[in-house]
Formats: sequence, structure tokens, C-alpha cells
Amino acid sequence: MSTLQRLTERLGDILDEGSVITDPVRLRTYDCDGLTYHRATPGVVVLPESAEQIAAVVRLCDEYGVPFVARGSGTGLSGGALPRTDGVLIVTSRMRRILEIDIPNRRAVVEPGVTNLAISEAVRERGYYYAPDPSSQQICSIGGNVAENSGGAHCLKYGFTVNHVVGIELVTPQGEIVELSDRDPGYDLLGAFIGSEGTLGIATKITVRLSRTPEAVTTLLAAFTGIEGGGRAVSAIIGAGIVPAAIEMMDALAIEAAEAAVHCGYPEGAGAVLVVELDGPHAEVDHQFAAVERICRETGAFEIRVAASAEERAAIWKGRKSAFAAVGRISPAYIVQDGVVPRTALPEVLAAIDRLQEEFGIRVANVFHAGDGNLHPLVLFDDTVPGQGEHAEAASGRILDLCIEHGGSITGEHGVGVDKSRYMPRMFSEEDLDTMQLVRCAFDPKGLSNPGKVFPTPRLCGEVPGVRKGVHPLVESGMAEQF
Amino acid sequence: MDPELIKDCVHCGFCLPTCPTYVLWGEEMDSPRGRIQLMDQHVHGTPVTDEMAGHLDACLGCMACVTACPSGVRYDRLIEQTRAVVEQEHRRTPDERAVRAMVFALFPYRRRLRAMRLPMAMSKRLRPLLERVNPTLGAMAELAPPAPRHVRLPPVVRSRRRRRATVGLLTGCVQGEFFPQVNAATVRVLALEGCDVVIPPRQGCCGALSLHSGREAEAKRFARRTIATFERAGVDTVVVNAAGCGSSMKDYAEVLKDDPGWSGRAEALRFRDLAEFLVELGPVAERHPLPVSVAYHDACHLAHAQGVRAQPRQLLGAIPELDLREIAESAICCGSAGTYNLFQPQAARELGDRKAERVLATGADLLVSANPGCTMQIAAATRRAGKGELRVAHTAEVLDASLRGLSPQSLGWVSEVAR
Repeated sequence: MSTLQRLTERLGDILDEGSVITDPVRLRTYDCDGLTYHRATPGVVVLPESAEQIAAVVRLCDEYGVPFVARGSGTGLSGGALPRTDGVLIVTSRMRRILEIDIPNRRAVVEPGVTNLAISEAVRERGYYYAPDPSSQQICSIGGNVAENSGGAHCLKYGFTVNHVVGIELVTPQGEIVELSDRDPGYDLLGAFIGSEGTLGIATKITVRLSRTPEAVTTLLAAFTGIEGGGRAVSAIIGAGIVPAAIEMMDALAIEAAEAAVHCGYPEGAGAVLVVELDGPHAEVDHQFAAVERICRETGAFEIRVAASAEERAAIWKGRKSAFAAVGRISPAYIVQDGVVPRTALPEVLAAIDRLQEEFGIRVANVFHAGDGNLHPLVLFDDTVPGQGEHAEAASGRILDLCIEHGGSITGEHGVGVDKSRYMPRMFSEEDLDTMQLVRCAFDPKGLSNPGKVFPTPRLCGEVPGVRKGVHPLVESGMAEQF
Repeated sequence: MDPELIKDCVHCGFCLPTCPTYVLWGEEMDSPRGRIQLMDQHVHGTPVTDEMAGHLDACLGCMACVTACPSGVRYDRLIEQTRAVVEQEHRRTPDERAVRAMVFALFPYRRRLRAMRLPMAMSKRLRPLLERVNPTLGAMAELAPPAPRHVRLPPVVRSRRRRRATVGLLTGCVQGEFFPQVNAATVRVLALEGCDVVIPPRQGCCGALSLHSGREAEAKRFARRTIATFERAGVDTVVVNAAGCGSSMKDYAEVLKDDPGWSGRAEALRFRDLAEFLVELGPVAERHPLPVSVAYHDACHLAHAQGVRAQPRQLLGAIPELDLREIAESAICCGSAGTYNLFQPQAARELGDRKAERVLATGADLLVSANPGCTMQIAAATRRAGKGELRVAHTAEVLDASLRGLSPQSLGWVSEVAR
């Protein structure tokens, strides 16, 4: 009997029959998250309903040396929740209770399987919302948001998940239940945990900050003939000292896809559209709106629409928020990239991506958070044509190279996961990566918590339990000490 | 199952929060994304296992996922094809087979339904016993509305003003036998709005139940007969007041696509939901005030399958003094879903309870929906909740009351409280 089988037999002590999945047909439905390019059927799936159950499962994994992976709604775009065939997939989709809403202290305590949007919906009537808004907010889980430090269109002004989570209860890779808070003195362990992509443990309870719904919101859609005009407008708006709640851009191909999917009715003939949202007190929004409108006209917008109602605002956003999935309408398969470049480098990088399209003979749709230079090039390909997947992979690797060359990053908000781990050495030196491993080893010495993600190759305490590969270079040089 | 349709799914997961079974159980294989993955497994050679059939059977076919999908996946087509495959390849237990045979031998046939009206109404007292024999029988007893007075509709009703249109009316099986007053109201409203209404006397089942349960040959047979009936009646527009029937009739051309003659004949007929038709026609009859608060329930086969959401609200909202209220989570199915509450009584009950809670939270006097299945399901669930009685009515009955200047007290039926 394999180790995993022995472990599985003991799961019955922790969970009821319906919460342990071993049937191969059922297991296959968990073989990937939102990134379908990588697939692996999990060894066993568990659907716990409490932190204690998760802790007990993790303790079993620790005892048997079996790797485990946490999964929320399975919408991640970097394969962060890609299962292990030899491991346990711990799915939090049944932990979706909102435990506490504390308006005077602007806090809500939720279980990890609660969707991002459900938090906002629960407090909307009282004039509050949860600010980070990934495009998948209707389904992505808050536990997954914590793991990936997810952002969204409005993070330009309001920050990422890390800026809105004030406390976490987590299960460590040894199966202990631990609480972290932003009030803890000493190292910012909460900050270290958020965005650790499941490699430091599993969040089981999350305390989020609630934000006051802004007094006024104005959304404007500006259409340009080409992407350059939109880029100039973005630089000019930020240059004028305005921080909009969001500035989003879509190019012609992305507009075509969104039109096909949700009939968003963006202006005809637009080579690029810019969505600018301003929020805050009425007086401020009015003032900024006049400036933004003027800037858009000056930089060549041929049509400007202003949402007069919540419905019209939703209509503008619908095109943008469905853009990724909508690309399914114009291409059988695609890779979503998530590079970051300094805002000022936007025009140059976009022109370079254009050249790449010609060089590779592949189409790239561009959807991006223009305000913070977070690009989401969608590399389109046909997965039924042999070799096209690899070709698209190569093209999207080149796009990431471009981002790094221009002083940016390989990920803005989707995480590294399994998809971009091999690009980490292009951004970081071996010493950098080793230092990160020291942090990881402090939490997860056996390397059982979501192994194979983020880092390119197992090192130090390693992905293989108990195997230590030599002395860490920092230890060797006397710069660090290992306890 | 068409692999090309399966390929359209990009696995984004936007469908998950709108799927009733995912909402209930939170597991991937009971979500549209997971079910498409199961279909994909089958296409790649995995046989239909008991587990696979179980998860596919658990799908209500509510089509909320079709509305939610940004990639335009035709889940409606996929699940229809899949159900036919399950019917052919999966051997159900003797119990399941017996119950299915009974339901499909009863519901699509009006005369048999008529014979069952009284026994079904009386079966309420026997419910505990029936429940023990078979959960489906128990569910039938619980759902059955009171046996209504029989209403005989003439073959043609002339317009009450200058004629603006001539339409056919599908009277439906369950609608016709258990809610004849809805058909009567529909005819009066159409006549008052300037329509000649042709009601072919011996029309049969439209085939919706069969189509949505993978009984393809039977569905096609019913479809052909219904098309022929309305051709003979000499109309080119057929108005339907039951959401489930309307959605399958709009699919006739696709259902019969292997038969060019028939699909062409299907395309020549225009099928319209009552609310959709009335809004297209535009109102001319005077609306009298109707001081009543109404919670409007979106039937899945109207909202998701036919995209008819705004029209019923527009019609109800235009009635003076009527207070229209929205039900929270309106996109989630009530659990009725054609035969679902008979074959999957447990899941249907949980969804019904969830819906009843949200309907009661509106505090409205009257629940209005455009599907007889939903009406029976939600009425049964509110009775279970034991929080007083909720009156239920069809959009047509509310319009009829306003057009004729009746009092709101005349509206809706309350079925007896179950013990």
C-alpha cells in the first residue's frame, strides 16, 4: 500500500464520507485551476468545513511526508492550485461563512471559501465594501486572494489584498493553528504570509478591512484610434497628480472579444479604449473629472462616454471584467500573462509586443491595468495544432523578458505559481532565491506545503522531504546562521 | 456530446456561484465547469459510471450558467446531448426506472393528468406513507396544487377591440390541468389587447419534459405534432405562458435539425412568451389600479433560457399602485426544474427552502411567476416554512385583474396547509 493510500484510510477519522473524494472520475474534475495549460489529477481531495479539520489533515500529511495543496474556487491564473498526483488537495469551497461583521471597527471575519464579492454584498447596504476587486471577484475566494495577494482594477488607488487584510488564522505546514495580526510587534509575518502562494500554510480565517463606499463615483470611457493615444492619456492623467480609482485599457482585439461575449457596445472603430473611474467626495470627483476629460480630448480621444447611472457604469465595466474569459470567443486557447512595467515604459513595451506578434505569427490581445503598468497580454493559440502551445509559451516568455528588461516584474497580481517559476531566475540571482528559501524553510522545513510552485528548483530544505542539499551560501559566507 | 462545444469552456469558473448545486454542496463535480469536465472525460473514452451519471443527473438544467458564461459555452446544448447519452448508456436502479416510467407516462398526457387530479389532491393526507414507499411519490403528493374547476376554452376567442394580431395559444399539460385559470386569464388579456386567439382543442405535450430529460425520440415526436397542430390552426405566432414549454419550443428548429423538412417548418413559426409578446405588441387596454405588493420570481426557463427578464417586470411595474419587489438571489433556481423535484427530491427541497426564505423576506402579498412548476415548488416550500400562507399567481392573472378592474383579493390561490 502506498503512503498516500495509508494516509487516505485515516482521513475517515477526520472527515465524513462525502468530504473525501477518491473516485478517479471525480478526482479528474479537480485537475487544474483557471490555468488549464497545466494539469495533474490529485491523489485525494478533501472538502473540510473547519480549521480543525484542515489542521488534522495537514498533521497527517506531516506525519506521512505527503505533500498538500490548498485550493479555493480554482480560478487562479498561474497554476498555484495545481494538484499533486502524490498528494492531498485541500479545497475550501465549503468554508464560506461570514463569521462576523463589525461595522464600528470596519472589520469582517470570514472563512477562506467566501467569495470576494460576497463580502462587499454583505455590507453594501450599510455603506461599506471590500476594496480589492479581481475581475473574477464574483467567484474567486478570499483565501485564494490572500495566497496570491490578488489585486484588481481599483488597486491603483486602494492597494492590494495585503493592504486590506488585518488578521489571519492559519494552519502551518506542521498542522498547528496560528493567528497573525497587523498589530503584532516584531516581524511582519502577516505581510510575509500574504502572497506566499500556499507555500507557508493555509489561511482558515481572514479578518478584512471594510472601506466606506465613496460619496461619488464617475466612470468614463474614452475611445482612441490606437493604443498610443490611450498610453499618452494615462501618463498625462497620472502626471497631472490625479490618482483615479482605476485606469484600464483594452486594445482592439480585446474589445472584439468583449463585444462578442457581452455586447458591451464600446464605440465603433476604437483601436483602444480607456476606462477611467474617479471616486471620492463630490467636489473632488467633479474637479478631477473635468481635468481627465480635457486630457483625454487633448491626447486624441474621438469619443468620450460618461456613465450616468449604476447600470451604465456596470455596462462599461462588464466589457473589461469579462475580457479574459471572453477571449474564448475569438480563440480556442490562450495564455494570460501578468507582467509589470514602469508606466513610462508602456508605449515602448506595447510597440515591442506588436513586433513580437509579427515575429511569432501569433495574435496578442492586450488588457491592462494601465495606471500601475500591470499588463495582461493574452497570447492566443490553437491547442489542437501540435506545437502551437509551446510556440505561444515561447512568445509569452519573451513578453516577460521585455518586462524585466524595462525594469518591471514577471507578475503583478496573478502570482508565480507553477507557470512562471521558471522565469524567477531571470529576475532574481541564485542568492536572492536562496534567501527566499530560508524564509520558506522557517515555515515549512519539510517542503510539503504546495511544493513545486514559485521556485524553479528545489534547494536547501528542498522539495524532497528530509533531503538537505549542502550548506546555504549565505550560511557559508557567514552572513546568516541556521538554527 | 460535441467536443467542439466542450472546448469552448476556458475553465474561468464564472458559472460556479450561479449553479444551484454548487451553491448547495460546494464541490467541483456538481458545478457546470466540473460537469463539462465529466463530459470531456466521457468523450475521451471514460464510460458513464454511476458517479458520473449521479453528478450529471443532479444538474437542474436551469441554464443560469449559460447567462453567467463570458465565453459563450452552450451548456444548454451540452447537457441535453449528455442526458441522451446517459439515458442510453447508464442502467438505473429498478426503482428509478419505475418512477421515471410513471412520470413520463403521466405528465405529457393531459387526459391522464386529468384523471389523476383528484387522487393527487387527496394524496396529501397519504404523504407520509407515500414518502416511505418512494421519495418521488412523496414529492408529488406534497407539490400537488388543489384540484381546480375544469375550464373549457373555445377554439377561437375574438379580439375585444380592433384586431392587431392573430396568435395561437399553447395550453400546456400541467398548466392546462392544474392551472386552467391561468390560460383563461391569458386569453382574456390577449383579447383585451387586440388579439384573436386560436386555441387548437386537441393539442398535445410540447415535448419539454422529454427534451430536458434526454428522451430525444419522444421529444422529437411531440415537437413534430405540436408544429403540425399550429400549422393546421393557421397561425404564424404561438404564445406560450409556461416558461419551460416556451424555451423548448424556441429550440424546435435545433431539435429537429437532422430533419430539414421539419426544422424548416419549425422556423416558419414564431414562438413567444406571453410577456415578451405583450411588450412587443405594446399596451392599449386601460390598466386599473391594483393595490398589492408583488414579489416577482424569475423562472429559469424564462430568464436564463429565453432571456426574458425585463418584460414581465415592465408589465407588472406599469400597473398603477402595484408595488413590485425583487427577490434576493433571483438568478438561483427554486429547485422545481421540470421533473427535478420529482427525481431529486432532497436537493430540490433544499433549494425550495432557500428560495422560500428569500421570497418571504420580501414581505410581499403575492408571489408571481410564469411557470407552473416554480409556482407549485415555491408554494410547497413556503408551506413547509410554516410562516403563514403565500398567495401565488401567474403574470397573466395579475394583468387580467388589472385590465378588468378586479380587486387584488381575487388574485392567487393558496393551497391547503400540509399537516
